[in-house]
Parts: sequence; C-alpha cells; structure tokens
Amino acid sequence: MTDVPAAIRDLARASPLEIRGLRKRYGDNEVVAGIDIRLRAGECYTLLGPNGAGKTTTLRCALGLTRPSGGEILLAGLPVSERAREARMRVGVVPQQDNLDPDFTCAENLLVYGRYFGLDDATITARIPELLAFAGLESKRDARIQSLSGGMKRRLTLARALVNRPELLILDEPTTGLDPQARHLIWERLKQLIRNGTTVLLTTHFMDEAERLADRLAILDGGRILTEGSPREVIAAQIEAQVVEVYGDWNGAGRESRSGISGAQAWAEAHAGAFARRYEVSGETAFCYLDDAAPLMAHLAEQPGLRYLRRPANLEDVFLKLTGRDLRD
Amino acid sequence: MATTSLRSTFRTPRLSRRFVPVWQRNFLVWRKLALPSVLGNLADPMIYLFGLGFGIGMLVPEIGGVSYISFLAAGMVCSSTMNSASFEVLYSSFSRMHVQRTWDAIMNAPVELDDIVFAELVWAASKALLSGIAILVVIAVFGLVDSRYVLWLLPLIFLIGLSFGAVGLVITAIAPSYDFFMYYFTLFITPMTLLSGVFFPADQLPAAVQFAASLLPLAHAVELARPLLLGKLPDDILLHLAVLAAYGIAGFWVALGLTRRRLLG
Repeated sequence: MTDVPAAIRDLARASPLEIRGLRKRYGDNEVVAGIDIRLRAGECYTLLGPNGAGKTTTLRCALGLTRPSGGEILLAGLPVSERAREARMRVGVVPQQDNLDPDFTCAENLLVYGRYFGLDDATITARIPELLAFAGLESKRDARIQSLSGGMKRRLTLARALVNRPELLILDEPTTGLDPQARHLIWERLKQLIRNGTTVLLTTHFMDEAERLADRLAILDGGRILTEGSPREVIAAQIEAQVVEVYGDWNGAGRESRSGISGAQAWAEAHAGAFARRYEVSGETAFCYLDDAAPLMAHLAEQPGLRYLRRPANLEDVFLKLTGRDLRD
Repeated sequence: MATTSLRSTFRTPRLSRRFVPVWQRNFLVWRKLALPSVLGNLADPMIYLFGLGFGIGMLVPEIGGVSYISFLAAGMVCSSTMNSASFEVLYSSFSRMHVQRTWDAIMNAPVELDDIVFAELVWAASKALLSGIAILVVIAVFGLVDSRYVLWLLPLIFLIGLSFGAVGLVITAIAPSYDFFMYYFTLFITPMTLLSGVFFPADQLPAAVQFAASLLPLAHAVELARPLLLGKLPDDILLHLAVLAAYGIAGFWVALGLTRRRLLG
C-alpha cells in the first residue's frame, strides 16, 4: 500500500475497478493477454465475448480469486490481491453457476450470506424483506431452494449479492439459461440498481443484453479487448451502417460460370463485391455490409429466386466481424 | 519459477475470525437434521460395542483387569470420532466444495479460502464432539464409564476430530469424485483401526506392526482415551498429544495448499 503513489490512489478512489495490463497464463496458454479496464462510478460496463474469451478469468482476477501472471488491479480503490478481502466488502457478485445453499430457505440463504460480510443478524434480518421484495420473492421467504424456478434462483442470487449494499455489482452471464420473461425481469432490476448509483460490471454473450444495459462495453476475444466504447460508438466505429442478408436460390445471369457452388454464394461471388464494401458468406446466406444499400436493393429486385433482408447494422455484426464465425466449444 | 509458486501455494495459512460464519453455516444445516445425524452416528459404534462386547466378552473374561466391553468402549469412542470427522471432511466438505459450489459463493464474500478450510476442519471436530458426547452418555448409562477423568475426554475427542479432519481434508483436496474416498477408508482407516488397539491390545502384535501403528494417530488417541475412561491417568500424555496435534497441523497445512492449488489456480 505504501508504495502506491498518492496520485494513483486518488484516481482510483473514483473508479470502482481499475485493471492495468492484466495477464493470466495457464502453462503455455495465455487466457488473458493484456487487458486494461477502468470503470467509471455509476456506469454499466459490459464484457462481451465468445466462450473462452477470458471474461470469467478477468473477473476472477479482479476479485482476487486467482493470481494474475502480470498487471495491476485496484478493486474499490484497494490493491488486489494484497487487500482483496477488504475490497470484496464493497462488492457484490452474481456467479455464472447458481450456488445458492440448497439446505436453506430463501431467507436463510440471505442471512447466512450476510454473515460472511461480518454483518450482525439484526442488520441482515432487517434487510431481508427489502431484498426479497427486490427479487420478487416475498412469498417465497421460507421456500426451499429446490422448489424455485431457474429465474427465481437467479433473482435470489442477485438479492444475495446485494446483502452488503455493494458499490460495485459484478455479474457473470446473469441471464444465461433463462426464459425471456425472466431475462426481462433481471434487466429491469439491473436498470433500477444502475439508476440508483450502483456500478455494474457484467459479462455476457447476448448482444441484446449488452445493447440494452451497457453504458460502455468491450468486446473480448483471445484474452484481448478488441474494441471498447458505448454500443453506438462501437457500431459506428467498427462497421458499415447497413446490412443486407441475401439467401435463397439464384437463377440470374452468370451462375453457370461457377461450378460447385449455388444460390446466394454464387450470386455473392459474381456480384456482391460490386455493391458492398465488404461481404461474407456463411452457410446459405451472404451478408453484405454497406453504407448505402439502395443500389444493391435495386439490383436484388431483379434477381429471380433470391430472397433478401435489409436492416441496420447491430452489435452482433460487430461481434461476428471481430471474433469470426467459427464455433467456440 | 516452480519453487516460487510452490512456496506461495503452501504459504502460511492466513486465518481470521471470518471462519466463524462459515462454521455457523454448517452448524445451521446440522441443526435442521440434528436428531437423525446423532442417532446415525450413534448406531454404528453401539452395534459394535454391544455386539462384540457381549459376544467376545463371553470368550474373553477380562483384558488388563477390566471386562472386554469396558476395554472396547474407549476404542469405540476413538474410532467413531475418527469416522465422524472423516465422513464430514470427505463426503460433506467435498459436496460443499465441488458439487454445490458453496465455497465459491463464500469466496465471493470477504472470506478467504484459508478461513473456509479452517472452518470445515473446526466444524468436523465439532460434529465429532457432538456425536462423541452422545456415545459417552450412552456408555455412561450402561455403567462403562469411571467418572473421575471422563470430562477430559471432551477436549480429547475434539483434538482427535481435528487430527482426522485435517488428514481427511488432504484427501478431499485431491479427490476427483466421491468414489475416491473408498480407497482412503479401505487402505488407511480400516487397517489402522485394526492395528491401533481399538478391538484388542496392540502389544501382542509383531514389533514391526506395532511400530507402524505407533506412527499413525489412532493408536495415540486410544492410548489417551482408554485410561481416562477407566478412571486412570494415561502414560506419555505429551507424546500422544503431540502426535495428534502434529497430524492436525501438518494435515491442515498440506490440505490448504492442495486446495488452494485446486481452486485458486
């Protein structure tokens, strides 16, 4: 602590989490390869990335649960890992995997968890009704965990993460595996927290989640941040404004010259380059990225058999452009 | 590089009062099932004690000046303490660590892994003590207890629980699944029980076997418990206590290091 210059400490006071040059290696495999993140108090920051991009490892390092191979981390202004325990007093965590205590009721889960923060029983007991109400689980106070649906468990996990009234809430893929109703309810609650001043850091691989919640986001792959900014900035900076998806059969002129390929792929190879700044073919569909879609639309209207869809570019297009279309298993 | 990471993995345990709420958590679960738990832990040693005690007692009039069942009582107290602590840190701790991910949840709060593993150890000894008290009560009812030094058995049972809890936590730290624990019982616990003077005096065994048994903790537990239960003071008290404490401390240190490597890598 003494060797941290005062100027850096002052800067950190404003930032609930600051990560500089974070690296994490397992053997020869570098899972996190130099990540810098500086959260602003009160914002929602989203780490977006395919499976294995390094999202969860970054969070584990930030919480002091695994020792980084390199870099510096300040959590709630305190250096990790030296003072990680103290820093976690001011942080709430919703893990990827549900780990509620199956032996306890909803209320007991909150009570037992609050004790880990050194809170006395009276303080926790006073908070339980408000936490259950926040999670929409007032009627489940004495219900066993096994009797809850997936969405209820997630909400209780969220309530549990708030038992210490954290300044920073960290959520690792909070809506994975939930149905749309349950996801919307979680989003509403997160927005409510953000509005009330809680800083939120979440990881996800759902674009709609990131677009809906994030003030700023970073797209991660291979342990690196590929781009960072508000959803709108990222889209504007990384990709053309319009996308035209082309699929179906193609009976137009020029298709005989290409053997072995057919449909949208044959069309794309013959014509897409003339209209689109960039195009790619995935399976049966050609994706054309362009700033002005009108000439292409006029051309497509005259192609028998082809079907097409024009839409504005979104975060998913950016994500796929930056991280590729290969499956991550 | 490798030695640095080894040194940091097996660094000195950093303990804090934060182990208390983790202990409380386990106690709260136990309280919900206290009666079946105590009865379950009581049944096994009682069946052995009265089955063997009366059965063999008819063939063996007395051992060392006391009835066979009185001789066996101390052995049963020690072995059931050992079993109770071992089951807790093997099956139950493994569930909390690996299956339910309870430890992961706790580590997201301001509690370190060191506190959690220590809490598991103290809890296992506490649970062994709760079961041990039940056994003492029952054998006292049957007149198998000399009351002079019997209260000293309570701290002794707790210490035995710490010793075997710590050794068991080493196994838990490296266990891939529940099946693994069967090896520990079959290859370590059961042979040790037979060689440590639980069922019969160890001094009739070959010298080499006696020496091997004297390196294991259970023999020392029995050497302390038997005289205390019969109203006498044990010999070599400090030696026996030192061996039990050494297993407890070394076991905990190694178990914590291996658990750190498993969960914090």
